[in-house]
Amino acid sequence: MDYTPTQSGFRQRKLQPNMRLRNSSVDGVEGSQLFEDMSGAAHGLQTGNQQAGPQPAGFSGQSILSDPMSNLAMAYGSSLASQGREMVDKNLDRFIPISKLKYYFAVDTMYVGKKLGLLVFPYMHENWEVSYQQDTPVAPRFDVNAPDLYIPAMGFITYVLVAGLALGTQNRFSPELLGVQASSALVWLIMEVLAVLLSLYLVTVNTDLTTIDLLAFSGYKYVGMIVGVVAGLLFGRPAYYLSLLWCCAAIFFFMIRTLRLKLLSEAAAEGRLVRGTRNQLRMYLTMSIAAAQPIFMYWLTYHLIR
Amino acid sequence: MAFTLYSLIQTAILCINAIAVLHEERFLIGFGVDQGVGGFGDDPGVKAQVLTLIRSVRTVMRVPLIIVNSACIVLLLLFG
Repeated sequence: MDYTPTQSGFRQRKLQPNMRLRNSSVDGVEGSQLFEDMSGAAHGLQTGNQQAGPQPAGFSGQSILSDPMSNLAMAYGSSLASQGREMVDKNLDRFIPISKLKYYFAVDTMYVGKKLGLLVFPYMHENWEVSYQQDTPVAPRFDVNAPDLYIPAMGFITYVLVAGLALGTQNRFSPELLGVQASSALVWLIMEVLAVLLSLYLVTVNTDLTTIDLLAFSGYKYVGMIVGVVAGLLFGRPAYYLSLLWCCAAIFFFMIRTLRLKLLSEAAAEGRLVRGTRNQLRMYLTMSIAAAQPIFMYWLTYHLIR
Repeated sequence: MAFTLYSLIQTAILCINAIAVLHEERFLIGFGVDQGVGGFGDDPGVKAQVLTLIRSVRTVMRVPLIIVNSACIVLLLLFG
C-alpha cells in the first residue's frame, strides 16, 4: 500500500530524536548545539514538482489512496510549504533575531533551580563571571551566571496570575484586570529597558551587554515580587513587607554584583578605588540601575495587598 | 498606574515630536553648546552625547514623523 512509505517516514522521525538525544548528552559540552534537533526528515519528498500541476484535478473521482498523482500532489504541496516556511523564517530573522533568542532559552531544571536560589539568596555566591567559550558566551545550561529569558518570561506570566489571584481574594477581580495588569507591567518593563539603554548610551560605556541581556536582568525582579505577594496572601501584610524587604535587598545585591563586572572597568570591578569622573559615572549608573529594581518591585505590588 | 501599550505609543510620539520641534539656538545656549568643537577624545562626555542624540533623532525621524503625525491627525479626527 502506499501508506507504508509515509508510515515508515513517521517512524523514522520518531526514532531519530532519540539517537540524537544520546549523541548530544555525550558531547554536550561543545556548546554549539543548544537543543536537540527535532525537525522531521520531510525534505526528501522533492520529486516531480512540475507534473503535479494540472493532473490531480482529472483524477479526483478515483480513490485518493492508491494514486501516484496524488503522491506527486502531496510532494508538491509539502515542497511549497517548506519553501514558504523558509521564506518566513528568513524574513522574520531580520526583525527578531530568533537564533539569538534560542540561546537565552537553553536552560534546564538544575540551572533554573540554582538561579532561583541565587536570586533569593545571593550572598554566598563567589564567582560571578560569565564563562566564555571561544568568544561566545556559554549557554545558560552550563553556567549559572549567564542571563536567560526563561525565568523572566515565566516570572512575568506567574506575576499576572498571582495578581489576578490577589485581586480575587479582595473581590476586585474581573477578567479585564488580568490584561490591564499584564500590559501595565509590560509597559514599565519596556520603559525601564529603554531608560537603561539611554543611560548606557549617554555614559558611553563599552560593554557587551545586549538589549536582550538588559531585558533578562530587568525581568529577574518578578521572582521577588511573586514571593512577596504570595507571602502577603498567605500570612498578611507584615509577611508581605518582610519578604519584599528581603527580596529587594537580594535583588539589589545581585544586580550590583552582576553589573559590576559588565559595566565597570577591570580595576574598579576588583574593588580598588579608581579615580576619574568616568568611573564615578559608571558607579552611579550601576547603583541607580540596581536601586531602580526595589522601587519597581514595590510599585508593582503594593496595590495588590490591602 | 494602569498603563497600556497605547499610552506608551502616545508618549513616544509626543517625546519625538518635542525633540523634532526644538529650536537649537534658543534653548541649547544655556546648556553648554559645543557646536564647533568636535570632541574627538575618547571621552565625549554626557553633554556632547545628549547633543549628538538630539541631532541624530531630528535627522532620522523627520520624515517618519510627518507620516505618523498625519496618520494620528486623521485617526483622531475620525474616531475621537
